[in-house]
Amino acid sequence: MSMTMAETEVSKGFIDVRDMGVTFGANDNKVVAVDNVSLNVQPGEFVSLIGPSGCGKSTLLSIVAGFVKPTRGEALLDGKAITKPGSDRGVVFQQYSLFPWLSVRKNVEFGLKMAGVEQSKRNTTARALLDLAGLLSFENHYPDQLSGGMKQRIGIVRALATSPQVLLMDEPFGALDTQTRVVMQEILTNIWQQFRISVLFITHDIEESIFLSDRIYVMTARPGRIKAVIKVPLPRPRTAEMTDTPEFMNLVQELKGLIREESLAAMAPEIKDRGLSGFGMKVGPKGVGEIF
Amino acid sequence: MGSTATAKIVALPMVDKHADPEPVAVEVKASAAQMSAAEIPVPEPEPIPTVSLTKVFLGLLGYVTRERMITALLACISIGALFLFWYLGTKYRLEFYIRFKNVPTPYEVYQQLTLVGLSNKYLFNIAISVRRILLGFMIATIIGVPLGLAIGKYERVRDFFMPVVEIMRPIPAIAWVPMSIMLWPNNEASIVFITFIGAFFPILLNTIHGVHSLDGVLVRAARCLGASEIRLFMNVILPGSLPHIFTGLAVGMGVAWVSLIAAEMISGQFGVGYFTWEAYSLVDYPAIVLGMITIGVLGLACSGIIRMVGVLLMPWLAFAPGGRR
Ligand SMILES: Nc1ncnc2c1ncn2[C@@H]1O[C@H](COP(=O)(O)OP(=O)(O)OP(=O)(O)O)[C@@H](O)[C@H]1O
Ligand SMILES: [Mg+2]
Repeated sequence: MSMTMAETEVSKGFIDVRDMGVTFGANDNKVVAVDNVSLNVQPGEFVSLIGPSGCGKSTLLSIVAGFVKPTRGEALLDGKAITKPGSDRGVVFQQYSLFPWLSVRKNVEFGLKMAGVEQSKRNTTARALLDLAGLLSFENHYPDQLSGGMKQRIGIVRALATSPQVLLMDEPFGALDTQTRVVMQEILTNIWQQFRISVLFITHDIEESIFLSDRIYVMTARPGRIKAVIKVPLPRPRTAEMTDTPEFMNLVQELKGLIREESLAAMAPEIKDRGLSGFGMKVGPKGVGEIF
Repeated sequence: MGSTATAKIVALPMVDKHADPEPVAVEVKASAAQMSAAEIPVPEPEPIPTVSLTKVFLGLLGYVTRERMITALLACISIGALFLFWYLGTKYRLEFYIRFKNVPTPYEVYQQLTLVGLSNKYLFNIAISVRRILLGFMIATIIGVPLGLAIGKYERVRDFFMPVVEIMRPIPAIAWVPMSIMLWPNNEASIVFITFIGAFFPILLNTIHGVHSLDGVLVRAARCLGASEIRLFMNVILPGSLPHIFTGLAVGMGVAWVSLIAAEMISGQFGVGYFTWEAYSLVDYPAIVLGMITIGVLGLACSGIIRMVGVLLMPWLAFAPGGRR
């Protein structure tokens, strides 16, 4: 019954990026960060964006978030042009972005406070969300008292507090160690399973993108374009065991192949010409995906 | 908006809610059968902590730790050494380049204190000085903090005000004395003005620095959470700059005292600076030292109050990396 309710809520949150181009600077120090990118996120869909460092992933996300204006093209949310940041789009940043002067609960309440929701209601919502993140017992702590993984979990539920239609995440687990990362991915997929809102998720991590997503956009090295779109046919809800299945492995291999070319292109031209073996490097079965 | 969020959560199955704060291997339970909707609890609100006298008392007791006792002991020793040097210097009337010939002994100063300590004149002078400090300092805070926030935040405001600030800043408050006497209708206003000038620049510049050192991601996070411009100021930029603002207030308070005493000595009627200078004119040596010590104690008390307010207003700093402690 709860599922049907969740599904009826999925009607909004359609992100549509069309022929997007972004150029920073002018003349000599002109940088084409993103070039002619089109992508979309269907309502309730989990979409990842993966690509080599500096290819413009963050730039793209900043545009959807409303921080940056594109040089060309447009970004639409439910058919309306995105012009500025707003609470209809929750954002989770790579850096920890909790307000250090607010307690954990007040951090989660922040968006509701800005929306003028009364204190008792804010409190109830924040506590329910903290419970969901498994951090209710830390509600009166300050962010500086928490570990990185805890901070990011709070960052996620804080972004969800205002019931946004989409969630934008820029390498939210990039700063965490591998073990914490894996746990965070499971927590995130669970939270998403319950909210079923559209997610645009940026990552460097191939396994992470497959485990979480319905679809994956692979970007080229700068200037960033869309190189490929991969559908992830794994069933939902996702569980940790799925990462050992042949389907999962095949997807990993496919993505590694795609990304290998791009990370080579993103590196120094000499590497591109000679290939990694020219440097006496062993390219194992895991390939360059490790470097990524 | 908030109610929708709650409704959604309540209607849906929970993740393991007793998950450890730092789970190494969290069991992930996503099946809808895990928990029926009816038993999903909205957690009991914890009682809001209230401040009671006993709590405050216990807090003060907790303050007396070994660390703090050592701190207090060292403070006593250093102040004691200063007094001892003074005592020995005056007792043996030392003459080695500096001359203790006319310097009053600690006892003479103590006698002076008992003599005038509770006299109306002495207390009145203190009251006058404190009033001038409070006025000048408050005006400097009321103007300096908002202006600093605006200069820090908006480039145009910065471009407009900073040239003037840069020209005015190197002029010491004492150099304002003649101008101040010309500008203001009475002596009192001109002294308050000089105190204000002394406090203003440290407060302004530290506030600007506070805004600049605020992590941009916090501003972006607040924007995404729907903060309007005014709310952004009140809820992010102000609290985020608060540690630097308090540095500015503490420095400003120190400079305010320096400026006030100088102004009182040059142009004053009344005030501790005037008291000290008058004692010099009247060759009342013990009163000079009493005046000096009074200034020191008052300055210490003022910056102590600022520090205490800072601790009360910014409890989170206790946990900040490289923060207090
Ligand atoms: N404000 C800016 N001014 C000038 N150049 C910029 C600006 N922001 C980004 N760039 C450039 O645009 C390119 C893309 O940057 P972006 O941060 O979007 O990359 P990214 O894909 O997120 O990289 P990473 O994976 O390392 O985070 C980079 O070459 C960067 O130097
Ligand atoms: Mg980035």
